[in-house]
Amino acid sequence: MRAGTFWLIVIAVGFAFIVVSRLYLTNEYFYFAGYVVLEYIVLSTAWNILGGYTGYTNFGTGAFFATGAYSSAVLHKLPALLHTTFDWTIPPIPLPVMILVGGLISGAMGLGTGYLTLRLRGVFFAIATLALSIVVQTLIVNWDFVGGSRGIYVIRPAHAPLGSSYIQYLFTLMTVLAVAAVGIARSIEGSRLGLGLATIRDDELAAEASGVPTLRLKLIATTISGGLMGMAGAPLPYYVTYLDPTSSFNLSYAVNSVAMPVIGGMTSWIGPVLGAILLGTIQQVATVTISSALNLLIVGVLLILFVIIAPNGIVGLVRSWRRRKEV
Amino acid sequence: MPGEIGDTLLEVTGLGKRFGGFVALDGIDLTIARGERLGLIGPNGSGKSTLVNCLCGTLHNELGTIVFDGKPLNGLIAHQRTRLGLARSFQLPKPFHSMDLVDNIRIPLLYTVNARPGHHLTAAAITERCMELLRDVGLADKARRRPRDLTQVEMRSLELARAVATQPTLLFADEAMAGLSHSEVEEILAVLMRLNEQGITIVLIEHIMSAVMSFSTRLVVLVAGHKIADGLPQEAIRNPEVERAYLGE
Repeated sequence: MRAGTFWLIVIAVGFAFIVVSRLYLTNEYFYFAGYVVLEYIVLSTAWNILGGYTGYTNFGTGAFFATGAYSSAVLHKLPALLHTTFDWTIPPIPLPVMILVGGLISGAMGLGTGYLTLRLRGVFFAIATLALSIVVQTLIVNWDFVGGSRGIYVIRPAHAPLGSSYIQYLFTLMTVLAVAAVGIARSIEGSRLGLGLATIRDDELAAEASGVPTLRLKLIATTISGGLMGMAGAPLPYYVTYLDPTSSFNLSYAVNSVAMPVIGGMTSWIGPVLGAILLGTIQQVATVTISSALNLLIVGVLLILFVIIAPNGIVGLVRSWRRRKEV
Repeated sequence: MPGEIGDTLLEVTGLGKRFGGFVALDGIDLTIARGERLGLIGPNGSGKSTLVNCLCGTLHNELGTIVFDGKPLNGLIAHQRTRLGLARSFQLPKPFHSMDLVDNIRIPLLYTVNARPGHHLTAAAITERCMELLRDVGLADKARRRPRDLTQVEMRSLELARAVATQPTLLFADEAMAGLSHSEVEEILAVLMRLNEQGITIVLIEHIMSAVMSFSTRLVVLVAGHKIADGLPQEAIRNPEVERAYLGE
């Protein structure tokens, strides 16, 4: 399938999803839970562009995600700040603009991280991203403007656009982001860029010897991946209405965005999507029916099971099952 | 005319490389003419692969200059040198194991040939060229297989085909025949000979002396990071220093 056709289909699916949910679902909780699953589709798809396609394991999802969230918090406070210090009056900044800004800032952070860690491979790269997460969290904790370790209250606007409740509006935006993330991932996969990224995953020296500019491609991957993670984080302040470092840098973002592609399958765009829907839904259901503390345990158990039984994830399972059927 | 020896293609002056306190290469001067078949030999650890790595940009040489086809290479990273026309195969084959053979060959066509000014192969032309290159090394029937399904000799053929796909003017074949049987060595030699006839200058790094002797028009011997002989193959191996290095006092 051509990339253009895929874009059309994924946009149509996203649109239909929004329309159908608006028509038939009146329970606000559905949007509240669905938002999280969609958020994980974006995060795990973004993670997979660097982790699955390029072979660089990133444990710093929290850093990129929270950078997006905190850039929105800053933008949220910006009109008031400008008013008190310079006596300028600007209208509140709309959320889609915040998402774009969050994506730009996190993308720039991805670029910087890629550049600083360009000589690190494998486990050393993973450790560096973990360190990044701690560095960014420390900065936020000590930044009083965004509430420091106390956190910051973010009041939602009284009216949501698109004739909906605010949570429906957030849900719609996250659906758009999920569509964009999946579309981007699929476009990369079949492209010259995607093949180039795969050569980096397979063997960097051989890639260079074949003319692949590995550093440039790696930076493209860290930038796109970081940018999408930041975009997923940008609406968070309006979702939780109270943003604090402990929850926005929560380990579960890093763990889930690694576990979902691993469980779904890392070689194809559909893997992270399946992983996010499966794990995200199980976690949401478990939170309501059993206990919210059970979340990471479920992820851990599933991750171990998949690594042992199906190291190539659900996609790998389906592929080997099909191959066996052919033989 | 193909195979004919022409003007200077590669000029290396005073090349030096250290790993910490260990001097891997010391003051290497080397000139390679267009169309040559150069054999590069030396005992294990003499610096042959280090030399190739420095010339191809995989390693960074601290001392010396490299001029290729009239252009200085110092400061250029590996993929830029590949695009200029310097290709290599690796001593241990490094295929892209997650891709089928066609995609393995597609990479250099997409990233090297199509990156050169004035070249633009369409997707269909690239696929056709991939098949042609695989046919040349006898891998056409395995085009849709993964590298893990290949035998040793096929893996080395793939390694060569991928290097040749960059349309190089100079090709370093780094121990392309190590561990192969006699008939397999002949197969690879025939491929290399054919490439040379097509106008590609070839540097063969090899331990199998019969192969080196029958292939090379000139022989360079490295011992402990120094070049100790450079000349016609028969003369070079009769050099007393070379005999001492290989056979002892």
